[in-house]
Formats: sequence, structure tokens, C-alpha cells
Amino acid sequence: MKIAVCIKRVPDMDVRFKIAASGTAVDEAGLKYDMSDFDGYAAEAALQVNEKGGGGEVTALCLGPDAVQETLRKALSMGIDKAVHLKCDAVPFDGWAIAQALAAQLGGGGYDLILFGRMSIDSSNQSVGPMVAELLGLPCVTAASRLDVSGGTGKAQRELEGASETVEFPLPAVVSIDEGVARPRYPSLKGIMAAKKKPLEVKPAQLGAVTVTVTTMELPPERNAGRIIGEGPDMVPELVRLLQTEAKVL
Amino acid sequence: MAASDTTADPHLASPQLTPRPDDLFGIDAALTEEERAIRDNVRRWVDEQVLPIIGKAYLDGRSPKELVPGMAELGMFGANLPEEYGCAGLSNVAYGLIMQELERGDSGLRSLASVQGSLVMFPIFAFGSEEQKRHWLPRMARGEVIGCFGLTEPDYGSNPSGMITRARQQADGSWIINGAKMWITNGSTAHLAVIWAKTGDDTSDTSIRGFLVPTGTTGFSARDQKGKLSLRASDTSELVLADVRVPADAILPKSNGLKSPLMCLTNARYGISWGVMGAALACYEEARRYSKTRVMFNGPIGGTQIQQVRLADMLTEIVKGQLMALHVGRMKDLGTYSPVQVSILKRNNVNVATNIAREARRLLGGNGILAEYASMRHMANLESVYTYEGTHDVHSLIIGQAITGMNAF
Ligand SMILES: Cc1cc2nc3c(=O)[nH]c(=O)nc-3n(C[C@H](O)[C@H](O)[C@H](O)COP(=O)(O)OP(=O)(O)OC[C@H]3O[C@@H](n4cnc5c(N)ncnc54)[C@H](O)[C@@H]3O)c2cc1C
Repeated sequence: MKIAVCIKRVPDMDVRFKIAASGTAVDEAGLKYDMSDFDGYAAEAALQVNEKGGGGEVTALCLGPDAVQETLRKALSMGIDKAVHLKCDAVPFDGWAIAQALAAQLGGGGYDLILFGRMSIDSSNQSVGPMVAELLGLPCVTAASRLDVSGGTGKAQRELEGASETVEFPLPAVVSIDEGVARPRYPSLKGIMAAKKKPLEVKPAQLGAVTVTVTTMELPPERNAGRIIGEGPDMVPELVRLLQTEAKVL
Repeated sequence: MAASDTTADPHLASPQLTPRPDDLFGIDAALTEEERAIRDNVRRWVDEQVLPIIGKAYLDGRSPKELVPGMAELGMFGANLPEEYGCAGLSNVAYGLIMQELERGDSGLRSLASVQGSLVMFPIFAFGSEEQKRHWLPRMARGEVIGCFGLTEPDYGSNPSGMITRARQQADGSWIINGAKMWITNGSTAHLAVIWAKTGDDTSDTSIRGFLVPTGTTGFSARDQKGKLSLRASDTSELVLADVRVPADAILPKSNGLKSPLMCLTNARYGISWGVMGAALACYEEARRYSKTRVMFNGPIGGTQIQQVRLADMLTEIVKGQLMALHVGRMKDLGTYSPVQVSILKRNNVNVATNIAREARRLLGGNGILAEYASMRHMANLESVYTYEGTHDVHSLIIGQAITGMNAF
């Protein structure tokens, strides 16, 4: 099958980060970048669909500045066949602008399946996948934790609060992937060396007009130090009272 | 793209990278994109597969052999040997970074890989016949065959030229080997042993040759060395060879005198010098994290001058050691490095790593003696690394001889 997987290069959010001087974005200095977590699961799902289904071709797409080529090569090192870099100076916050650039590239590409991560871990919009589906007029399933494909039909499992459901859809389709599908594989060391020799096409990104912009970004307030109200069972009523009246969590 | 173009800048492989809080000295800028990708990949594997189990394996005194298939699948065994023999064909710098990350997990696991790659696969590659290479190397790269390297004997450690083990050729061309080897990493679980033995004049080390001995051969036995307080997650065994008969083609045809096993050791020592920086990094990271959360007196201990001096010394020695290893690695890739460089490197890096591990353990206070934390395990492990592959003293004498021209052994 011909599968496209859209991946995003995001900062590693485990480290402490700062807000940039603009006050609308994180300060990029000193950050380490990698493929967004859910996109790793999407790449793994794409490879597995073809491994189970008797072959095909997987293309990874990434929109952004030149640095994203490193992230595309990571996808290639996992076993993805080729990559397309949609080049622009910076990735806009507005998913709609991004979705238009991706749809312009994906439309007419003959893809049976277009995969996304459930959301990017930096902007958490969960919107680009469904928007691309809308632009291409394709069925869309979000947050699939299992994906099976056979004979032109897809089946996806979705986790709900306290239940899971299975949905069926015709191909071609757009699916966004949640964790739950197998963990992203470790690229082999040979795969890492081979990634450089795989095709990586660079094209200008046809971004749509930006309609949503970030006006402020701030870090959560520092948490106040805890308070010890006393010791022993006698203090329980007071603790309950404070949790009800002051903290308002009960 | 200049990202991985080593010719773009004569000094830095990735000049576009700037120092980060977790890379204060900017070591990443000295590595290519592939080298960083390989390191980060092995790091993730160690974080997910090794760190959760290694503390218990160490306490149990068990080599975690269940990790062998995963290591093989990634391509860690003999990673710097050519692809035509089923290996990954990586540069020596990439190979060193793999060792660093493995030893961030545990020196025992890195020892398993060092022995497999540098002490068994390398001599087969360098001194073996084409048939030996085609037969053994792909199987060893896949982890189906585990190897061990038998040089040291009970009475000949730092001075292997005195070895007693003998191989005598028979009229039909076959060899009969007799002797005992001691301190042999992977000894009990290995399928294949490279045994070094004298084949002629007993008083000269020029008759030392290497033999490929399958460990199932009659007369070959291995016994686990019990009671180790270091490298507990590694097999260390005594080998006994009693009239072990191997065919004529078991000899490594191009092995020639003591210099052959010493060439293997030079290779392994290079990887070890990167490896111990991994152990040091694990200790430094543990100490850094602990210093920020452990509150004593009026605040986190990381806010005190004494602990900051400790951490500053650790980080400084780590980046110095990494840059030394990188320099030797780049020269090794060019084929211009020398064994004395490797002695300088091994001696320095293992020594500073042992100090870093001890300082980290001390910074952790009482918790520092628990297996739940890694520092004391690394500290104990590094004492083996200090002794094997040429003791610290032996490297001092090698360097001293190169400096003065006088032999002090
Ligand atoms: C965990 C572990 C794993 C090992 N794995 C292997 C393996 O896989 N294969 C293998 O063949 N060997 C292996 N070894 C053996 C290792 O290489 C030897 O232990 C090492 O060479 C030192 O030999 P020795 O223990 O006999 O010490 P000795 O040589 O007896 O040294 C004792 C002390 O004397 C010092 N000394 C020696 N000569 C001199 C001198 N001329 N001047 C001043 N001081 C000197 C040494 O530095 C040391 O401090 C392993 C060892 C250990 C601990």
C-alpha cells in the first residue's frame, strides 16, 4: 500500500524551557529536537501495515525549516522509504495553514492511507490530521490505538473513557494514531547509515493564510510550598475542612 | 546541508549546533548527524531495556544474556567491522559512542560487547582465513554465537608473554591444546573461545598463535569465578583445556606472536575508553539530579559550594575524556593512531571515571550505597576496568617507555 505519514519536529519537553523574548513562543536556544512522540507511533503503524499487508511504500512528510531534515532522516532510518521536506522558515501555530500545505502535497499522490500522530506534543492542537482529511474529502478517524487494513477497508480501535470501540472505514482515509499501537522500533545502526542514501525531496511549503496566532505564552505559576497543619489522626477533620474550603478539591 | 558534512568545517562536524544545558561543553557539535543518531538510538535502548533490570541482575550476580538478541538486532556486535561479513560497517567514533552508551547502563554489558566485537570478531577478521571470517562473523554479529578471549592465565596476568598454555601440532595436522586461562569474560556462556597458546619455543613469545576453539570440544571446560564484588552482571570464568584436539584449520593463520593479541587489546582498549565515559556520565547525571532535589539544612545540596565543586570536576573530566577519545577515534578512522595513544587514553579515562563514580556515590550520602542508585555499582565495576586490558600501572610503564626510551617493566 502507498502510505504517507506526516511527522513534526518538536523540542524535547522533558527539559526545562524558557519563554522567548517575544512572549509568544518557547525560547529555542538550548533545546534538543526530536520527532513528536505520537508521530513516532504513526511511523511505526505505517511500517507495520505494510509489513503485514505484503509490502508497499511509505513516505514521510515534514514541514518546517532545513533542520527538519534530520527528523525526516530519523524516519528513514526506521525503514520508511522516502521523505518529502516542505520547506518554510518557521512552522506556524495555525493548523489550518499547515493543513493546506500538506493537503496540496498529498492530494493526487495516490495514497491509500495518510497517517498523523494524535497531536503534536508542542502545540497540542489535534487539528491538522482532521483538517487534511476535510481538505482532501477523505474519511477521518482520530486517536486510533490499533490499526488493521485489509482489502480496501480499514479497522481502527479507539480508547474511550472506560470503553474501547472499533470503527470501520473505506480507503483512502486519514487516521491519527495514539499510543497503543506497537512502540516505535529502534532504528538499526545500519539503518541510520542507510538513511542518508534514501530519497529526500525538498519543496517549498504552500502554507495557507495564517488566521490564528499566539498572543501570549506563559509558564505556570511556581507552586507554593506545602503546609503541614499538624500530625496524627486528630488533624484529619481540619485537613478535610481545608481541602473543602481552601483547596476546593473535595 | 552542512549538517553532516565533515568537510564543511575543519574542526567541527556539526558547526550549526550550539551548547545546550545538557551539553554544556558542546560535544555534540564535534559529532556528525549519524554519530549523534546512533548514540541517541543506543541511549534510548539502554534507558528502556537495560536500566530497568540491571540493578537486580547485578545483585543476583547474573549476566543479562536476554539482552543479546536486542543488541544484535540493532547491530552493536562488531559494529566497526565491514558489512560484507554481516556487521554494521560503522566508523570507530560511532563504535566508541555505542560503547559509551552501553556502559552508561553497566560495565558488564559493555564488557560482553567489547569481548564479542574487539576481542573475538576482530581477531577473526584480522587474522582469520576467508572461510573462518565467512563462517563466524555473521553468526557473531547476529548474536547466535557468543565468544570469549583467553589470554590471561593464573600465573601470567600483566605479563602474558610468559604463558604456559601450549598447542602441539600432530602428524595429521590437528592441534592438541593444554593449559588454563583465568578471568575470562563470557567464558561460561561462550560458544567459541579464541585461545592464545605457544606453538613452538617455550621461552619466546613469537610462537604465540590464536586458535578458534568451540567450547563444546572434548577436554574444554569453563567454571564461573564466584565471589566477585565487581562486574557482577558479567560472566567471568576459568577455562581448563585438557588435551583439547582441534583441526588444522582452527588456527588463525595470520596470527603471529604476542603482538597479535596485543593488537586486539588495543582495539578493545579504545572502545573501553569511550565506555567508561558512559559510566561516568551515568554517575554525574545521577549526582546532578540528586543534588537538585535533596534538601539538607536550608536548601538543595546542589546549592552548596562543596557539591558544586564536585559536579564541576566531574563534568570537566568527562568532556576532557570524551575529547581525547574522539581525537583517537578520528585518527583510528584515518589509520594513523598508535597503541601508545590508546594507553594514554585508557589510563586517563578509566582513572577519572573511577574518581567520578566515587565522588557521585559520596554526594548521594547514604542512598549512594544502595543498588537502587547506580553510582556504587559503577564505582565497583570500574575497579575491574582499571585492572583489565592492561592495568593502570602497566599503561604508565608503556607511556613511560615511549617518553624515555627506557623499559621499566
Ligand atoms: C573482571 C575481569 C575480566 C577479565 N576478562 C579477561 C578476558 O576476557 N580475557 C583475558 O585474557 N583476561 C581477562 N582479564 C584479566 C586481566 O587482563 C588481568 O587481570 C590483568 O591483565 C592483570 O593481571 P593480574 O590480575 O594477574 O594482575 P598482576 O599482573 O599480578 O598485577 C598485580 C599488580 O601488580 C602490578 N604490576 C604488574 N606488573 C608490574 C610491573 N612491571 N611494575 C609495576 N607494577 C606491576 C599491576 O599493575 C597490579 O597492580 C579480566 C580481569 C578481570 C578482573
